Amino acid sequence: MGYCLDQAGFNQILNEWSKEYFVYAPKLFKDGGSFSDTDRIRYGEIHTVEEIVFDRKSDYSYKEILLPLSQTLFFFTDDMVKEADLPKKGAVILLRSCDLHAVKRLDEIYLQNGCEDYYYKRLRDRVKFILIGCQHSFENCFCVDMGTNRIDNYDAYIEMKNGEIYVDNHNDVWKPLFTTYSRRTPEVIPAYATENKTHIHIPDGITPDIAHSKIWDEYDSRCINCGRCNFVCPTCTCFTMQDIFYVDNGKVGERRRVWASCMVDGFTDVAGGGCYRKKNGQRMRFKVLHKVYDYKKRNGYHMCVGCGRCDDICPEYISFSNSINKLDAAIKEVSINAVK
Amino acid sequence: MQSNEYLPFLSEIKAVIKHTDIEYTFRLTYEGNVKPGQFFEVSIPKYGEAPISVSGIGSGTVDLTIRRVGKVTNEIFERYVGDKLFMRGPYGNGFDIDSYKEKELVVIAGGTGLSPVKGIVDYFCSHSQDTKGMTLIAGFKTPKDILFREEFVHWQQKMNVILTVDSAENDTTCKVGLVTEYIPQLHLNNVNEAAAIVVGPPMMMKFTTQGLLKRGFHEENIWISHERKMCCGIGKCGHCKIDDTYVCLDGPVFNFVKGRQLLD
Repeated sequence: MGYCLDQAGFNQILNEWSKEYFVYAPKLFKDGGSFSDTDRIRYGEIHTVEEIVFDRKSDYSYKEILLPLSQTLFFFTDDMVKEADLPKKGAVILLRSCDLHAVKRLDEIYLQNGCEDYYYKRLRDRVKFILIGCQHSFENCFCVDMGTNRIDNYDAYIEMKNGEIYVDNHNDVWKPLFTTYSRRTPEVIPAYATENKTHIHIPDGITPDIAHSKIWDEYDSRCINCGRCNFVCPTCTCFTMQDIFYVDNGKVGERRRVWASCMVDGFTDVAGGGCYRKKNGQRMRFKVLHKVYDYKKRNGYHMCVGCGRCDDICPEYISFSNSINKLDAAIKEVSINAVK
Repeated sequence: MQSNEYLPFLSEIKAVIKHTDIEYTFRLTYEGNVKPGQFFEVSIPKYGEAPISVSGIGSGTVDLTIRRVGKVTNEIFERYVGDKLFMRGPYGNGFDIDSYKEKELVVIAGGTGLSPVKGIVDYFCSHSQDTKGMTLIAGFKTPKDILFREEFVHWQQKMNVILTVDSAENDTTCKVGLVTEYIPQLHLNNVNEAAAIVVGPPMMMKFTTQGLLKRGFHEENIWISHERKMCCGIGKCGHCKIDDTYVCLDGPVFNFVKGRQLLD
């Protein structure tokens, strides 16, 4: 059902929610950008609607709320382990359609692929999602071609128009709140991007043989394996285990999992010196094919949601969408070479 | 709610068997089902976790043969009988013994690659009625790298064993040569139905499987086991993924029809 609220009314609701939830939304971090005098938009806890950035794409995704960058799994002493506590409150996350589609990908890996992940599950069970409308596409987005520009499985939808907040609520528990603080109850239909400037085409005939194509070679020199593309990606899910111990008492410490990047050195290293993907081109191939080929082979739909953040962030101006569009030529190249 | 798979349990070291300076077998307490070819995540707080494959299964114990090559394994080597290690698992599919019964079986192992297949060798050693002929080809770098010397003596009485080293130095008791050199002369009654298991370093597996195919083995009768970096063992951390395959969930044991397609 649709509601229209003024900012004060919505802030009352945020205040009510804060008793039970941390509310996370894209926020402006002044001068927090990669270059001097540039800002950063990323996720943080908010208390008022004025803090939410509606008119720009966030540089990083909501992912860090469900998969913290560094997450303590348990504390240990010599022969005892103690599970880390759960955050005291659940979370309400404001996010765009591409990112809400990305949640399905995280769920696939952490709830379906093998057994359920205990730490993901206990956070995920207490998260509510509020969809932010996209009145237009942003730079480098290609959600329309990925089919992730629309979604309707949200708890609520939110849109800011002429200083007023329009909400479409799907969550019955929140109904009394919206009824109390809204001014009107107009019909609210989620806005979504219908056209992107960036287009991609994922060819059907990809096979593992595409690894032998020459298209990957340019990334050996262009890519600097910094891993930024993985860290901004709302669907990258890999982690590495890390043990730390306390300086004052070396017998006590904690085991954490921290985000890992398949582009960065060490990702495939095994003890004794083995490394399975040394070249940056091989790593680029591994990442691209995971996003638009092998994940689908395993799970039935593509992993990439077309948010374009990897293109936005790359310090070497490598375009992921461009690399997808080269796959067609790569298939032809590999099949011609196979005939030879 | 599902149990917390990341929390390790404590396991006591019941015995330490020293094979070489850097390779020991640790016999650890474990009650539960486990198959050859499966692995445990073994950890020591503050040093981390490492996936280690099962090299033997006893009553109430598992054997883990560990090569001292990293941070975690270095620290494990500081532990002796009565000390404890943290473990979780077992993970992975492991070898299915039924796939090799009533067949001529050739097991080819390189170095510590012998650990994951040792359970299979042990089984057919004590159940010789279940096999139509068993050959073990095991290769090591030098005589001082040979693992399971006592077991070899026992195996030699029950099956055809070829123990070979890359270079013998001054030792004249060992055969010298790569494992691949013994494949053409394998005596088999019916190569069309013979099975083979190959485990070892990537290059050794590549040339050994090529040799087996050339000898007439069918792809579907060859099994391999892969080693990869694994931080979780349960399909989450992503380090072991190759194409759409998770080595920890779908492997580490693969039929060669699938295994040959896995390109990192």
